[in-house]
Amino acid sequence: MSTQPLVAAGPGTQDDGTPLLEATGLSVSFSVGSALSARLRHESRVLHAVDGVDLRIERGEAVALVGESGSGKSTLARALTGLLKPDQGQIRLDGKVLPARRSRTDQRRVQMVFQDPYSSLNPRLTVGGMLHELLRVHHVVPRAEIPANTRELLSLVGLGEEAVHAYPRQFSGGQRQRVAIARALALRPELLVADEPVSALDVSVQATILNLLQDLRAQLGLTLLLISHNLAVVRHLCDRVAVMYLGRIIEVAPTEELFAAPRHPYTQGLLAAIPRMTFAPEGDAPAVRGDPPSPLRIPAGCRFRTRCPIAEQICAEQDPALLSIAGAPAHSAACHFAFAATPQLREGAAS
Amino acid sequence: MTTAGPNRSVLEVIDLHVEIASRRGIVRAVDGVSLEVPAGHAVGVVGESGSGKSMTLRAILGVLPPEAKITAGQVLLDGQDLAHLSNTQLNRVRGPKIAMIFQEPMSALNPVMRVGAQIAEGPQVHLGMNRARAGERALELMRRVGIPDPERRYRAFPHEFSGGMRQRVMIAIALSCDPSVVLCDEPTTALDVTIQDQILRLLTSLCRESGTSLVFVTHDLPVVAQVCDELAVMYAGQIVEHGTVREVLTRPSHPYTLGLVRSAPDVDHVRSSLVAIPGSPPSLISPPSGCRFHPRCSIAEEDCVTTVPTLNPIGAGRATACLHYERCLEALDTQGADR
Repeated sequence: MSTQPLVAAGPGTQDDGTPLLEATGLSVSFSVGSALSARLRHESRVLHAVDGVDLRIERGEAVALVGESGSGKSTLARALTGLLKPDQGQIRLDGKVLPARRSRTDQRRVQMVFQDPYSSLNPRLTVGGMLHELLRVHHVVPRAEIPANTRELLSLVGLGEEAVHAYPRQFSGGQRQRVAIARALALRPELLVADEPVSALDVSVQATILNLLQDLRAQLGLTLLLISHNLAVVRHLCDRVAVMYLGRIIEVAPTEELFAAPRHPYTQGLLAAIPRMTFAPEGDAPAVRGDPPSPLRIPAGCRFRTRCPIAEQICAEQDPALLSIAGAPAHSAACHFAFAATPQLREGAAS
Repeated sequence: MTTAGPNRSVLEVIDLHVEIASRRGIVRAVDGVSLEVPAGHAVGVVGESGSGKSMTLRAILGVLPPEAKITAGQVLLDGQDLAHLSNTQLNRVRGPKIAMIFQEPMSALNPVMRVGAQIAEGPQVHLGMNRARAGERALELMRRVGIPDPERRYRAFPHEFSGGMRQRVMIAIALSCDPSVVLCDEPTTALDVTIQDQILRLLTSLCRESGTSLVFVTHDLPVVAQVCDELAVMYAGQIVEHGTVREVLTRPSHPYTLGLVRSAPDVDHVRSSLVAIPGSPPSLISPPSGCRFHPRCSIAEEDCVTTVPTLNPIGAGRATACLHYERCLEALDTQGADR
């Protein structure tokens, strides 16, 4: 939204420490379909996948991005990693604005683990070949130390030395995801972005990868941005959660606070919709009504108002900003009623 | 959720074997599965990919892939054995007696046929309704499954629907001829949490109303806890534990079930670390000797390697295929504090 000079004094910065990564007013859009069909269907041809997002990630923190499919969480992650060019907004790493085309050194600092370990690894390269190439191209370690470093990386993610000579197809899904994590860690990134790292894996294997990510955080002091639709995974792993809906962040809070006292009606519905291991008979009313609107036809005013149990006139007229809640500066929500008495809100969401 | 009074089973699978011919050998995808589905009950089948849970469902309905076939066993639906019926005979059963809801509604629906006509097809073919009557029934079903504006949506094509709405269409088709059993193969796995919540509530309330039995296959334990009355846990083509959902999930008596329960993060209980099941599921071409879970089991003993365990009853409605299930409960009690 604003073009600030290099030295950070971003809008509303009152901390002394600069965050590891800070995105301001970040927007990513795609043009889809033909101009004609767009006019016929009264839709916009431009899909605003991420629409003016501000996000700060402190060093050493684990932040989660949650939301339904189409909420823009993966697009945001890709933009932060430098895989997609944002239309607007800035990404700062350690206070320094990253250019749209990143230098090799900057690329190294943010690395990503993808959802599907079956398609994100080169099938024609052995694991050793893959890691050697990375270490060589990015000059991570002197050439003579490359084999030793490779073995070290593999043991870090819990794979044996024999993995060096194996091809991805020889591994199970969980092991492939370990290889993918080793690949990301090879460049010694400051921020690891993990996009649904366990959702392609079997339940019994998911736990091993989640434990690995947790250990790596403790061991390497890694900063983690986890994209997930599984709130149980998020609660297990992350310090802070950002909830996205139709391209915007609509609530940010420390994990326990978010689960204990969600302020945005969408977050409340999302939490209520999670299937739980409890056996209490419940009513037939779903936690959130309706389908999310198409990102090509984003409702005016508050984006959630079409499904919101407590929407009023003001919600159709004014787009609520993401504001922090009095008494809880770390907790912000983009709802006109987030600051009103919460009990009323909850009743509304429950009925 | 029992509505049909006497506990008579509508569907009974007896010692079902399904084999798949592959280049590397014969895969015993389903290896002696027996399952009873009482009238009006929802029975869950959980397991990891490759455990044979989907194959069991497909075998019940007679829609196995061409390379797979039923080599032994019976599938009794109201006393009639489906396993040995011809396709024409099966077609008379599918729809009015048994129906299925698939994971991917987009690939299960006909993309070039209007949604209303797809729902009306069943009643026309099986219930002998004329087009107008069947059309009315389709509209009524669309209303029941919560499709907004059914009169207009009747003439829409599947691609014009969202994922959740498509799954509602699938439910309408499945219920269109009042079957006594509906088979569900991970019906909500492809959906978002809020939509999953809507679909699960819809499915359970509709089945409760009409007294339809459900067989619900999934890998998601919390989903089973929400939907089912009874639960069968499958591992490597066999059922390893069976009982009421509450019993099985709170006091598992098979180490594999225990592993599944412990390895999934729970939204309501944050634990310091998750307990993973070591190793990976075995090959079904040459499964391990004795108990198929022994290479991954934390409480395995010598006899587990040599003795093939059978599914033995251990109390009211409970059965386990673990030779040392008491130790499983002990493990649960000693480490229960962490849960």
